[in-house]
Amino acid sequence: MKILIPTPLRQYAGKLGVVEVTATTVGEALNSLTSAYPELRRHLYNEEGKLRAFVNVYLNDDDVRYLQNEQTTVKDGDTLSIIPSIAGGRG
Amino acid sequence: MANTVETAAALNKDEILRYSRHLIMPEVGMEGQTRLKQARVLCIGAGGLGSPLAMYLGAAGVGTIGIVDFDVVDFTNLQRQIIHGTADVGRKKLDSAADTLREINPYVNVRKFETKLTSANALELFREFDIIVDGTDNFPTRYLVNDACVLTGKPNVYGSIFRFEGQASVFATKEGPCYRCLYPEPPPPGLVPSCAEGGVLGILPGLVGVIQATETIKLILGSGDPLIGRLLLVDALAMRFRELKLRKNPDCPACGPNPTVRELIDYNQFCGIRGEEAVPAPVSSDMTVEEFKRRLNAGDDLFVLDVREPHEYQICNLGGYLIPLNDLPKRVHELDSSREIVVHCKMGGRSAKAADFLRQSGFSKVHNLAGGINAWAERVDPNVPKY
Repeated sequence: MKILIPTPLRQYAGKLGVVEVTATTVGEALNSLTSAYPELRRHLYNEEGKLRAFVNVYLNDDDVRYLQNEQTTVKDGDTLSIIPSIAGGRG
Repeated sequence: MANTVETAAALNKDEILRYSRHLIMPEVGMEGQTRLKQARVLCIGAGGLGSPLAMYLGAAGVGTIGIVDFDVVDFTNLQRQIIHGTADVGRKKLDSAADTLREINPYVNVRKFETKLTSANALELFREFDIIVDGTDNFPTRYLVNDACVLTGKPNVYGSIFRFEGQASVFATKEGPCYRCLYPEPPPPGLVPSCAEGGVLGILPGLVGVIQATETIKLILGSGDPLIGRLLLVDALAMRFRELKLRKNPDCPACGPNPTVRELIDYNQFCGIRGEEAVPAPVSSDMTVEEFKRRLNAGDDLFVLDVREPHEYQICNLGGYLIPLNDLPKRVHELDSSREIVVHCKMGGRSAKAADFLRQSGFSKVHNLAGGINAWAERVDPNVPKY
């Protein structure tokens, strides 16, 4: 499956916009991503190992918080998107 | 009701001619154009997003446009803030924006608010308008705008940009989610770079700002499907638009059934920001550009370390040894800890982090060049370009 990396986080993912992983759940997919790019981990997870509140993870067009969070099952062809908050606009 | 609307805001002959391309469309017509004329829209910020947004709203005939801004136009704004021109550099953005709007459409009543939006003034200000459009550039103001919209019951037309990606949505309508449903908490300071640090593709605020203007017009007309409960993602580089579903969070602290945000709070504190801006305070090991110049002239042995990115080095440099801040941990062995090191970046923020890191790694003779290469360009060598 594909994981889409947003611009602000690409510097921690080898400058890639898309990373392919093999996984059966959302948690596995993110784990596989952060194993390949350890610097990403602190941007996605807090000290207790929970997904940070300002990072939203979408499976296709749905927020995983309204599915089964990291236990949500995934299949080939699914797209996982990481949607961090961005604030730019006025300056 | 419809009768009173028409008499109170009847269009004159000039206006009928001006808006004729609207009037001949059944989706707008006289009724829609009259609604536009009666509408009061508040734009937070007259910058990247606010520029195209306010210009199109004005051209379309939105009767009252309020603008909140306290900034002054500078040369780096002109690459994207098209409401301002070269001759406006040094003027208040408010004055420059108001002039442009009046030039586009003299029938617009422009209301200028030269202030920083704060918890003390937001509610009062929002109550005088029907729709709030968020074109700010920082997290504290975004949460402030959202909460004030929820508390006053005004829709929040949201847009945000970073480099070549943008987001847009309509928050805080009665039925839809708010910004806090999507992002309950802000990121810690420093984790997400600002436009000034990260850069922004000049046309991107044009794309996103015009999406915000479109949504604003649709809300006023009451037609079409507004971006309520949907987050539109724009990737200008791939030229791909995607859409994500947003849900109203039943536990939302602002718009949920049991809200904990019942009044506006201290948003700088909420976002973990102390003081006005996150500019590092000078420390004793900082070196001024004048001192740096004096030491170089004296022939002192200084190792100059530049921690900017390679594309910034191409804009201008002081001949320093280039190791971008992010690469410093894995390339620190390239440096000689016995030498006196002066670290610089563009403005002194990244180099302060680099200097801290070097000290923690056992380097004892490290100075941070206060104000960076921009200060050098301003106060020592005017031939070095500022950016």
